[in-house]
Amino acid sequence: MTNTWQDIRNANLVIVMGGNAAEAHPCGFKWVIEAKIENGAKLVVVDPRFTRTASVADYYAPIRPGTDIAFLSGVMRYLLEKDAIQHEYVRAYTNASLIVKDGFGFQDGLFSGYSEETRSYDKSSWDYELDEQGYAKSDDTWQHPRCVINLLRQHVARYTPETVSRICGTPQDKFLHICELIAATAAPDKAMTSLFALGWTQHSVGAQNIRSMAMIQLLLGNIGVAGGGMNALRGHSNIQGLTDVGLLSNQMPGYLNLPLDKETSFDEYMRTKQFKPLRPGQISYWQNTRKFVVSLQKALWGDAATKDNDWCYDWLPKLDVPLYDIIRAFEMMNNGQMGGYICQGFNPLQAFPDRGKIRRGLSKLKFLVTMDPLDTETSRFWQDFGPQNPADSAAIQTEVFQLPTTCFAEENGSLVNSARWLQWHWKAADAPGEAQSDIWIMAGLFHRLRELYRKEGGAFPDPILNLTWKYTDPVDPDPEELAKEMNGRALADLEDPATKAVVTKAGTLLDGFAQLRDDGSTASGCWIFSGCFTEKGNQMARRDATDPREQGIAPNWAWAWPANRRILYNRASADLDGKPWNPAKPVIAWNGSKWVGIDVPDYTPTTKPSDSVGPFIMNAEGMGRLFARDMMAEGPFPEHYEPLESPVENVLHPKVSHNPVARVFDDDRAAFGSPKNFPYVATTYRLTEHFHFWTKHALINAILQPEEFVEIGEALAREKGIAQGGWVKVSSKRGVVVCKAYVTKRIKPLTVDGRPTHVVGVPLHWGFTGQARKGYGANTLTPSVGDANTQTPEFKAFLVNVEKTSAPMTA
Amino acid sequence: MSLTRREFIKFTGLGLAASSLGMLGFGASGEAQAAAVRPFKLTHATETRNTCTYCSVACGILIYSMGDRAKNARSNIIHIEGDPDHPVNRGTLCPKGSALLDVVHAPTRLKAPRYRPPGGTEFKEVSWDFALDRIARLMKDERDKHFTARNAAGTTVNRWTSVGMLAASASSSETAYLTWKVARSLGMVVFDNQARV
Repeated sequence: MTNTWQDIRNANLVIVMGGNAAEAHPCGFKWVIEAKIENGAKLVVVDPRFTRTASVADYYAPIRPGTDIAFLSGVMRYLLEKDAIQHEYVRAYTNASLIVKDGFGFQDGLFSGYSEETRSYDKSSWDYELDEQGYAKSDDTWQHPRCVINLLRQHVARYTPETVSRICGTPQDKFLHICELIAATAAPDKAMTSLFALGWTQHSVGAQNIRSMAMIQLLLGNIGVAGGGMNALRGHSNIQGLTDVGLLSNQMPGYLNLPLDKETSFDEYMRTKQFKPLRPGQISYWQNTRKFVVSLQKALWGDAATKDNDWCYDWLPKLDVPLYDIIRAFEMMNNGQMGGYICQGFNPLQAFPDRGKIRRGLSKLKFLVTMDPLDTETSRFWQDFGPQNPADSAAIQTEVFQLPTTCFAEENGSLVNSARWLQWHWKAADAPGEAQSDIWIMAGLFHRLRELYRKEGGAFPDPILNLTWKYTDPVDPDPEELAKEMNGRALADLEDPATKAVVTKAGTLLDGFAQLRDDGSTASGCWIFSGCFTEKGNQMARRDATDPREQGIAPNWAWAWPANRRILYNRASADLDGKPWNPAKPVIAWNGSKWVGIDVPDYTPTTKPSDSVGPFIMNAEGMGRLFARDMMAEGPFPEHYEPLESPVENVLHPKVSHNPVARVFDDDRAAFGSPKNFPYVATTYRLTEHFHFWTKHALINAILQPEEFVEIGEALAREKGIAQGGWVKVSSKRGVVVCKAYVTKRIKPLTVDGRPTHVVGVPLHWGFTGQARKGYGANTLTPSVGDANTQTPEFKAFLVNVEKTSAPMTA
Repeated sequence: MSLTRREFIKFTGLGLAASSLGMLGFGASGEAQAAAVRPFKLTHATETRNTCTYCSVACGILIYSMGDRAKNARSNIIHIEGDPDHPVNRGTLCPKGSALLDVVHAPTRLKAPRYRPPGGTEFKEVSWDFALDRIARLMKDERDKHFTARNAAGTTVNRWTSVGMLAASASSSETAYLTWKVARSLGMVVFDNQARV
């Protein structure tokens, strides 16, 4: 989230698309209701189903799963055509005026630079034209045909209301009414907030779904302001924190990239990370990358990391492919390329697409380790549970270790919420039986491995033998010590470069990342967390809920990254002179000598508005990007591509129907179904009574939603002779689920390209362990293909067939 | 008199245990009511601040347990409710958060390490030493056999692809950091968390 949960109350318009906050985030959703009651806000929901969020909306429109980009591009076309954009904001704070290189183009569904052979782009033309000083050329009269705003206008011109309706199945009048509501927030003192979740990410074009709305928000001047923003409602209690700390194939803590094979030395790694400002006077904060990386290396390897050995750069693993993501991991497992897998609080047999492939992959491992408080399906993949998990145990040679862990109530530590708040929590009781914390288990494994390498030697032991482990209790490191290690400390006396006076003594915890150095005199395990645990104590444990303007910012409650900033890009909440766009809801303002207000400004508070330093300090041009340069796999502008399994051809460019850079493994492609055999569009989702596959272990939740079902509309039920609560067989090319049908008015057939299209809803909560009834799991049906940037699987749009069947035999 | 909600509960609980609601100024009717109301059980419980383990709204919760945290007293969690002081949820919880107690005490909570040998049809309980020694052995053998120090071009790459790891999405950031350190020191690259889904 760019903003906070409580800040939603400040919105004039709340749009929920790509999520269902009322069910999935009920206590956060209360702030939407607050906005409706206290701020007169309107709630708009666009979703394939009439969800519980839709049931309290002021306006609802249906949409076919997987067509959000067409809808949002149509909105952009409408805003540009009606000139309903916030001109001053767009001109000053976005790259609308910058001029794009001559070679850039788009034709028949492909941007310039596509290679059929590699299914990827040469992105060199996706950039600005630079002047002699290396700055991007600009035309703020917007007359130049290749300035970003004109290229955007041209790109979205095809998305007329007729075309949007033809692709999305959304009636034109509903689409246009929503355009009108959105356009009204172009007024400088009006804000729309976008609340989204996995309904947008779980597509082969997931990242571009989100970009589309971010572009709309920039056009409307809704980023950085109270009640605005792009608010990703993250799904798990610390999924934000694990992302921040870089537990992703290609990441290091604080959004630093793991090196690639081609980055053969630290200097070579840094060469592409200089981030020289692309406009005069811009901050381009990633220019400090070297400080962050050197401080990380010092945290990891201490004295062993020196200037002479490139701070142990070679000790980091390097990547030969963009990602060793989970879809690739299971492909490798199925190909016999993996020997072992460790699942820490993660249940891939339920969570990853094409369950049959997941089960076959696990069966080929030498060993599987699960660490979990609960008895997961993954840990029992080898055991026969009937049709829900058919297995021939004797034939499966995998050694399986099921390790019991503590749960949230049995440990100290911090979790990062969706609004980037690091909140500390405290242990209430010991874990049952012999269960141990993940920290104890990881430490135990590490010590054993280190001991084996000490005794036996082996493959490149240096990074293992030298890993810093200076914890008071090495067997069970204290979470506070780990938090301090992430926060960082001075390793030597730090001097002020100008006065040479010692400003920070050696050993002192740092106040923030501004103190980090690239000469090895500071260590910090996660630079964006720097400031969370200072000499003043554990900032994450702060509990002062005071909200100075009752405007949804409690600056002394816990601690938010970066630098305790609660609204990102808050400089954009004020005009060029530093006056808040919305005087009724100021975030920060220029008082003549510095920035003051309820939040921590994006940059040094004494930076004058006349210096024209842009709010988007992480971008080299200081501006929000309507044109993404080379940051996205499929193009600098979003384009509608059909899901890999789709009932129709792409009406815009039938020859490039799907995401042209989606990575699809051959066996996965062979497992895609066609509309001839699988005529219905399916989508997966959560219910409010359950959390993934955990709550079926809790008795109350198992009673509330005891068994697997699918939702189908009345029209489809009539067509197929399916009764309310009747048994159905739902099949995709990959598998079959037999369960009950809930026949509902909440899903109605859509008219897509002139044809009726039925949508089938597949809630995802059931498996074969826990207290609820046994289920097959939604991932039995889903296809193994991901977003081209992130490889997040396409769970939200695929094809199935539905047939009436008889009740299964029960023992 | 200005009292927070929790102080009020504590106060009334203590008051009831001592004499009556009369001391709060409710008079005779208060006394009659006090006689009919049981003392508030949680006044004798230990209160711990925590965060709901499910979604990223991260509702504040109060966990109540029996036992006073003395060295030899084993705490037992008896009640969990929303934290009224928390600025986001302000004491409320959803159908999942309201049932947290049931997941803490789920019958399928794991209590001992278990092991299933190749071809086995059952799990059997094993000691932590057996499990961790064996896992470390398997990991080292795999790593020594499949570690790539240099790629075909001769570049130092120090990566290990034959063993992978998925990290938890509900574990603390501190757990995450230690896990990252260990995984990357081994050269592990097949490494992700739930954010990939």
